[in-house]
Amino acid sequence: MNTIRKVSSTPHVRGKVTTNHLMLAVVTALLPACGYGIYNFGNRALWIILITVASAVLTELFYELLCKRPVTIGDFSAVVTGLLLALNLPVSVPWWICVVGGIFAILVVKMLFGGLGQNFMNPAFGARCFLLISFTSLMTNFECDAYTGPTPLALLKSGETANVYDMILGRCNGTIGETSMIAIILGACFLLLLGVIDLRVPGSYIVSFVILLGMFGPAGFDFNYIVAHLAGGGMMLGAFFMATDYVTRPVTVNGQYVYGMILGLLTFFFRIYGSSAEGVSYAIIIGNLLVPLIEKITRPRAFGIRRKM
Amino acid sequence: MNKAGERLFNGLVKENPTFVLMLGMCPTLAVTTSAVNGLGMGLTTTVVLALSNVIISLMRNIIPDKVRIPAFIVVIATFVTLVELLLEGYLPSLYEALGIYIPLIVVNCIILGRAESYASKNPVIPSLFDGLGMGLGFSVALTMIGALREVLGAGEIFGYRVLPASYVPFSIFVLAPGAFFVLACLTAIQNAVKLWGEKKGRDMSKIQSGCGNDCTTCGHSKEAACIKNEQEEK
Repeated sequence: MNTIRKVSSTPHVRGKVTTNHLMLAVVTALLPACGYGIYNFGNRALWIILITVASAVLTELFYELLCKRPVTIGDFSAVVTGLLLALNLPVSVPWWICVVGGIFAILVVKMLFGGLGQNFMNPAFGARCFLLISFTSLMTNFECDAYTGPTPLALLKSGETANVYDMILGRCNGTIGETSMIAIILGACFLLLLGVIDLRVPGSYIVSFVILLGMFGPAGFDFNYIVAHLAGGGMMLGAFFMATDYVTRPVTVNGQYVYGMILGLLTFFFRIYGSSAEGVSYAIIIGNLLVPLIEKITRPRAFGIRRKM
Repeated sequence: MNKAGERLFNGLVKENPTFVLMLGMCPTLAVTTSAVNGLGMGLTTTVVLALSNVIISLMRNIIPDKVRIPAFIVVIATFVTLVELLLEGYLPSLYEALGIYIPLIVVNCIILGRAESYASKNPVIPSLFDGLGMGLGFSVALTMIGALREVLGAGEIFGYRVLPASYVPFSIFVLAPGAFFVLACLTAIQNAVKLWGEKKGRDMSKIQSGCGNDCTTCGHSKEAACIKNEQEEK
């Protein structure tokens, strides 16, 4: 009997959880936000979501068929990307923006860099920023119940006040998925309970943002103002669903805290000093670009090895 | 006399400064917001490149080796100043559009690179054609990038509307990120053509790939490429 065993490289213990399960969990967790978006903005929101998801999935399928690579659309990561992108679009966008966004997110940001796990930037936010720069007027045309108006954050920026309770509930203007703080928190709790995400990145992100806003913001520690900033814009969606993306956040634990704080700092700067009322998308993609650097300086010390300084 | 033709071809295709040597990226990315700007920048650079190559080639035996770079810069800066004043006088709209990038031609590494690696070692006529070839290659590349960015970002080429009015322009293409997208796509297309040709067994040595090749396997132009790479890094 041959008793020689070969030792494979790590990992030696594998869990049963696959990419597939994680992505399905994320999709499930996004359903409340989708549902509220459709309730708030009408059936058009449903179409936007469907078109964006379909274009993301089909792009991945066609790219892989064209390049004769294994087809990976079964892992639902393209669905998640499409869904997150759709939730970050205003309901009034024309259909072709959804298609362009889905193609850009998957083709340019994800597949050209090597597919899932290789992308250096969150595909959904990469595409959103691409669309935002390309079609600024279309992408900032927010309407709700056929009424076009500024988002609560834009109101705050211009010095007016916003109704905080409406914002927490979601009865306000914005992109399809970002308006309802409650629906997003519901989904985030689901992911937290399943252990798919943890509070390191969102926690340090939100805490550092609140501290900065309280200390240096125009309204100081004004409860309404701070809650409005948390509930408004892409803050919740970004903190819980985009910043926690496994691929584009740091892998080191300390790095994740640093990453969260950088996001908080950038969001604070963009929202308070920037020309636009919203800053989460840009903060997160810039944070993504800093991830390799963060990982380099927060690499944990291996056992028995002295840190070189 | 084939030397001249060979030099022209070398600059236009084989060692195209933009797509192959990846030199002069700053003006390439910054001024190509439209086809006109790209062409203007390219031709301006061509004039400076050809004339400075001629002068440097003429003076190659009297410039001491130790001070050659300052000497080259003085020659190049002279021509840039000339061209700048001429543009300001005769083509004020182009002068306005190119702005700071005209004086910056002085530090364009294509010009310094050709002076260092070709004009300072070769006779006048080939140097002239080397400068012309490189400059025209640069112009073609810049015009292509500018035209593509203008079509996608404004629906026009050279100011003439080519896409229907219902086309909503991707304004990102006339902004800085669009330059990177278009340059990357054009370089990728060139590499794809080369790979496709090699697969078919054709001799593709006339189209070199970008500087992804290391200089040790780069063939006869390795010396020039290395020198230019170093300059690019500086």
